[in-house]
Amino acid sequence: MQTKRAMILVSNDPESIRLGADDLVKSLNDALAAYELQDEVDVSTIGDVGRADILPLVIVYPEATVYGPVKAGDARYLVEEHLYKGRVATDLLAPPKQLSGHIGWLRTRKGYNPAEQRVVLERAGRIDPDDIEDYIAHSGYEALGKAVTEMTPMQVIETVEKSGLQGRGGAGFPAGRKWRFVRGAEGDKKYVICNADESEPGTFKDRVVMEGDPHQVLEALAIAAYAIGADEGFIYIRGEYGVAYQRLEKAIRQAEEFGFLGNNIFGTDFNFHLHIHAGAGAYVCGEETALIESLEGKRGEPRTRPPYPTTNGLWNKPTLVNNVETLSNVPAILRNGPEWYKAIGTPSSPGTKVYTIMGNINFSGVIEVPMGITLREVINIYAKGMKPGSTFKMAQTGGASGSIIPAALQDTPMDFESFRKAGVSLGSGALLICDQNVCIVDLVKVLLQFFRFESCGKCTPCRIGTQRSYEIVERITQGQGQLEELDKLLEMAAEMERASNCGLGQTASAPVRDMLKHFRTEVEAHIRLGICPTGVCPMVVEEEAAPA
Amino acid sequence: MTAPSTERDIPALVRAAIEKHGAKRDALIPILSEVNLALGYIPGEAFKEVRKQLHDPTEGVFVAESQLHALASFYDMLATKPRGEHVIKFCENAPCHVVGGKAVWDTLREKLSLKNGETTPDGKWTLVTTSCIGLCSVGPVVLVDEDLYGNVTPEQIGDILGRYE
Ligand SMILES: Cc1cc2nc3c(=O)[nH]c(=O)nc-3n(C[C@H](O)[C@H](O)[C@H](O)COP(=O)(O)O)c2cc1C
Ligand code: SF4
Ligand code: FES
Repeated sequence: MQTKRAMILVSNDPESIRLGADDLVKSLNDALAAYELQDEVDVSTIGDVGRADILPLVIVYPEATVYGPVKAGDARYLVEEHLYKGRVATDLLAPPKQLSGHIGWLRTRKGYNPAEQRVVLERAGRIDPDDIEDYIAHSGYEALGKAVTEMTPMQVIETVEKSGLQGRGGAGFPAGRKWRFVRGAEGDKKYVICNADESEPGTFKDRVVMEGDPHQVLEALAIAAYAIGADEGFIYIRGEYGVAYQRLEKAIRQAEEFGFLGNNIFGTDFNFHLHIHAGAGAYVCGEETALIESLEGKRGEPRTRPPYPTTNGLWNKPTLVNNVETLSNVPAILRNGPEWYKAIGTPSSPGTKVYTIMGNINFSGVIEVPMGITLREVINIYAKGMKPGSTFKMAQTGGASGSIIPAALQDTPMDFESFRKAGVSLGSGALLICDQNVCIVDLVKVLLQFFRFESCGKCTPCRIGTQRSYEIVERITQGQGQLEELDKLLEMAAEMERASNCGLGQTASAPVRDMLKHFRTEVEAHIRLGICPTGVCPMVVEEEAAPA
Repeated sequence: MTAPSTERDIPALVRAAIEKHGAKRDALIPILSEVNLALGYIPGEAFKEVRKQLHDPTEGVFVAESQLHALASFYDMLATKPRGEHVIKFCENAPCHVVGGKAVWDTLREKLSLKNGETTPDGKWTLVTTSCIGLCSVGPVVLVDEDLYGNVTPEQIGDILGRYE
């Protein structure tokens, strides 16, 4: 790295590859060779940087000039202008306005001033994820070194507790407290697991974190292992995430070579061995006990709790399970201190949240913003507003088990506490923004299709409830709905919430409840008047109306 | 990408997978995934082989074939029936649905004359739905074998399918 004078990064997420990123890399190398610059300039790749509008995207360092979209045919011009002649290739510049709006920060709200820095995505898109030295050059493994050489495990736990970091996998459970539980659990052998199963529809933040900065996940896991007293850990990553898997696998090898993983880390007697395990396609395996079953080579059916993984986890040993994003906050917290972290976000929900935003908006992608900003701000600032002709009707948060948020709640601060008070859920951080043309019944049908497909079938309320609810809602879209069945839906919702074994069954009814709470008139129009106000539902029985 | 199983040496394939992932109970899913990747599905013979080769009293690994079947049936990425030469996966979740997924799905079904889960009589295409694959910012999303297509419109379907002729 040091001997090179510049580096070219090319986005190589699947969409960029589809648009010719591979050819572009080849052409860039050819062009560098043509100008005899190949020894001075490196070409490398970065994961999804969240800029779907300008792919394939090219960033040239050290100036960090962003170009996009760049075609293979532009490579020679770019190399000649920027690297040979040393000036900006203006024709290819990415629109700068849009860039500053992407992974951005909101300044002063309510009196505190989140500094102009990202936490989880601090390096993503700015470093070469395949190069451990680049990570180290950007404060990488500093926090691990500090932890194992200067701090006791309890001090690490106390620091995480003080920071107020809450779990980003959906439930918002205080991370430090969970670490303390596992530290205190009886047993010599303990495990840490990184939950990278990310399968909530609409959620791909963890993928961006892992693809953009894999070493940060590794460093955090090693710190967690040190804190709780584990010498072995697993990353359970969903089977579809091929690029992230390869990046992590490579990162693990590099970290082992550099002595950040393995035996005697930083010359101490702390040992930590990390493995990566790919899932095979089952949403429920994101639930922590199902994940553990799956890791053990079984069907991923959630266990009955208690006992919890903190005492009886993998191979019945005390196990810490944390989400990718939760963990990725830890190195920065250790480096900068808990007070620094608490200054970001809101008092009850410190830090940032990574969201994936999509739907009928102008910009879709990934953003990292302080906890506590509102949905309206996200739409107006980061999503660049609703699509032309679209007006906001509702948003669906947190994947399928999230809430449906009506316009009235657009100004509720998005943090765990405010959302809990408003009776909605932040979930996994997906924000699906829907306009006036989206039919609530059709949307809920699609959400229920997901649940009935993904229910593992272990317990009856969930297995039957998701199926029956789907059928009732489908009949409404076919013009066959009955008013009494709406009560039936609510009865089933209550039963599923009460008697289901895991979070899937317990939250599968949320869309139904939200539909009847906020959009009952629209539902009843389907039933009483036989019309779908948005014109989306067929209102007749179609031949294969539902994918089986 | 999917080859008929007879063309492959299944015992050798299973042996290689076990060597790579270890003869352990917790390696079952990676082993089956490996077979699935190589053959496009897991034929009955492969289940037999896995059971046979894993039968190791010293390691204490005993798996019944029915257990292996139960395992494979649980995970969407593991197929137990042969699939077409090309497998088309359509994301059916809400984010893709809201930005026009339904029309894409209808076009796919029409063009191929297939219902969900079916294979064309000539064995060329299999059409299935899938849950979100994390590319929602470029929805609607269609996956053909390993190739990803984002921002798909009904008009593009003919063109996309044409690439595999
Ligand atoms: C059906 C279901 C699916 C889940 N999927 C995920 C997931 O994909 N990723 C994740 O981190 N947590 C998921 N969770 C939450 C986990 O069970 C667990 O709470 C989380 O990994 C804890 O990490 P955290 O404390 O860092 O948030 C899921 C829960 C349920 C009930
Ligand atoms: S609630 Fe649903 S997903 Fe969870 S264990 Fe029961 S059947 Fe399986
Ligand atoms: S919802 Fe279709 S890829 Fe995520």
